[in-house]
Amino acid sequence: MSTLQITDLRASVAGKQILHGVNLTISSGEVHVVMGPNGAGKSTLSAVVMGKPGYEVLGGSVTLDGVDMLALPAWQRAQAGLHLVMQYPSEVPGVSLDHVMEQALIARGRSTDGLDELLETEAARIGFAPELLHRALNVDLSGGEKKRNETLQLAVLQPRIAILDELDSGLDIDALRDCARRVEALTNDDGPQGQRLGALVITHYNRLLEALRADVIHILVKGRIVATGGPELADQLERDGYAAYAIADEPEAEAPGSLDDLFAI
Amino acid sequence: MPAFSPDAVRASAPPDLDRRIAAAERAAAATFPSAEEEVWRYSRIGELDLSAFIPGRAITTVDAPEGVHVVQGAELGDRADDADAVDLFHELNRAFMDAVVVSVPRGRAIEQPVVITHRLDAAGVAVFPRLIIDAAEDSEITVVEQFVSPDGLVALCVPRLEVDVAAAGRLKYLGVNMLGSSTWHLAHQQAFGARDSNTLLATVALGGDYARVRTEARVTGQGASTRQIALYYADAHQMHDFRTLQDHAAPKTHSDLLFKGAVQDHAKSVYTGLIKIRHDAKGSQAFQTNRNLTLSSGAWAESVPNLDIETNDVKCSHASTVGPIDEEQRFYLESRGIPPEIAERLVVLGFFDEVLEQLPVGPLAAQLRELVSAKLQRKSS
Repeated sequence: MSTLQITDLRASVAGKQILHGVNLTISSGEVHVVMGPNGAGKSTLSAVVMGKPGYEVLGGSVTLDGVDMLALPAWQRAQAGLHLVMQYPSEVPGVSLDHVMEQALIARGRSTDGLDELLETEAARIGFAPELLHRALNVDLSGGEKKRNETLQLAVLQPRIAILDELDSGLDIDALRDCARRVEALTNDDGPQGQRLGALVITHYNRLLEALRADVIHILVKGRIVATGGPELADQLERDGYAAYAIADEPEAEAPGSLDDLFAI
Repeated sequence: MPAFSPDAVRASAPPDLDRRIAAAERAAAATFPSAEEEVWRYSRIGELDLSAFIPGRAITTVDAPEGVHVVQGAELGDRADDADAVDLFHELNRAFMDAVVVSVPRGRAIEQPVVITHRLDAAGVAVFPRLIIDAAEDSEITVVEQFVSPDGLVALCVPRLEVDVAAAGRLKYLGVNMLGSSTWHLAHQQAFGARDSNTLLATVALGGDYARVRTEARVTGQGASTRQIALYYADAHQMHDFRTLQDHAAPKTHSDLLFKGAVQDHAKSVYTGLIKIRHDAKGSQAFQTNRNLTLSSGAWAESVPNLDIETNDVKCSHASTVGPIDEEQRFYLESRGIPPEIAERLVVLGFFDEVLEQLPVGPLAAQLRELVSAKLQRKSS
């Protein structure tokens, strides 16, 4: 059993504070969904937890099974068992998907025996054209193919906890169903590491939840979790929108590095 | 510089003596180039002390398949005097050259490549290889020319390449610089393509101290097409310097150029490229792309694309970039658990693959890819 614990996480980007104290606990086999309006900090949350450069952590902690993730570079967080399914996966010219998966397994000290068969099985399972396994990552891929590619990598690498950043954006209904079902299966079945996937699913919309069963719904507004509940919370949001959670504007804490700080020195 | 004087030519009594002596006389009268001149801008030509060298010969081997006509040490007559971009090094090459003439007869298509290797093995020597390739009408040929010297060998290599592709001929040339880190390389290439011909000039530069390739592709017949590609990768204190010309002198001609380079440690590179569309080259297309990766903060790369268009009704584009590895690409691979040095190697090899996969000789391309990979590893350690 693995647990990702996010405690009072505060972070800024380009000197502007986006996360104002986020608390979340996700364990193996659980699906937590974070929903929120544009600008709530959803993508910042995923980037900060994974360790993307360009974000500054102002306070709080992120641990995976007690190990401090914030002290590690992104590649070591991934090796510790964290994974990020990206909203906009980068094109990497000349670097093929199968080669990257091979290197990713080698870097983890795992065997690459049977990798080709595994890639083909996983590709078939989510409707990813097998010839794309040998092509450069995301180059000339459609939006749907990119998300199937992301889902395939998740299934091959078998992390402990995955963050899915708007897996549903730009997906047609077939691709969405294929990807969501694959993630759902990973959260239900014991993987080769002997445990089920825990998922932190970041989304705008309900339709992902038709194929991916959510255990807990969190609503993120202005960098804070303002409500937590069961799947019924998503239905309520669908009906009423975010208006009920529009909290009054508070004066935001001044971000370090702002001009005011500079002049105060 | 008595070592390069007309008397020095007389003493060695090579074929074509009178023309060589005339060239040595012109060389003696020529002024030494300087980085003040546009064509030598950014170069390290000011560091070259010719008096530190004496003329000599490389060990040249030629491996030619059946059907290709090869002559070494020929009398070239007027043939070697018609260059219009004459400078000191051109004259010195004319005076002291070791010529190889490769020709393929009309209508013949030769599948196997001609492989020419020049090895420099004596310190303090300047060598002047001259390669002439004649591809007759509707012929097809591939030529690989390799320049090799051991690391630490102080030597000067001044090769010239002259390519003539007759109507509907197809030529693929690949020059490979695998010179040691103390050898200078001052190369000049000129290719002429007649009607409906197809010319590929490829360069891979990994070696040399200061290594310059001036490569000029001129299309002189309607419908002719040229492609120039290069992979260059400098480390330590190396400098790679390219001057390219895509010269359109006939209608409906086509040229394409893709040069990709990387610099690391304290290395430098310069790319200066010109597309020239002459006024009777209507309906022509010319494309030029130069991309550079700076892999260390102490490394430096410059890219200077230019257009000179004398007519309407043409389609031209140029693109050039200089910068470090894309952060998004790096993060994407690292987020998969791949350590930074391996992520960097994957991105750099992927960057060069676009050129490697277009090289005319597949097995050699795989070997060159290994050399690139080894060079990257030297940086990581």
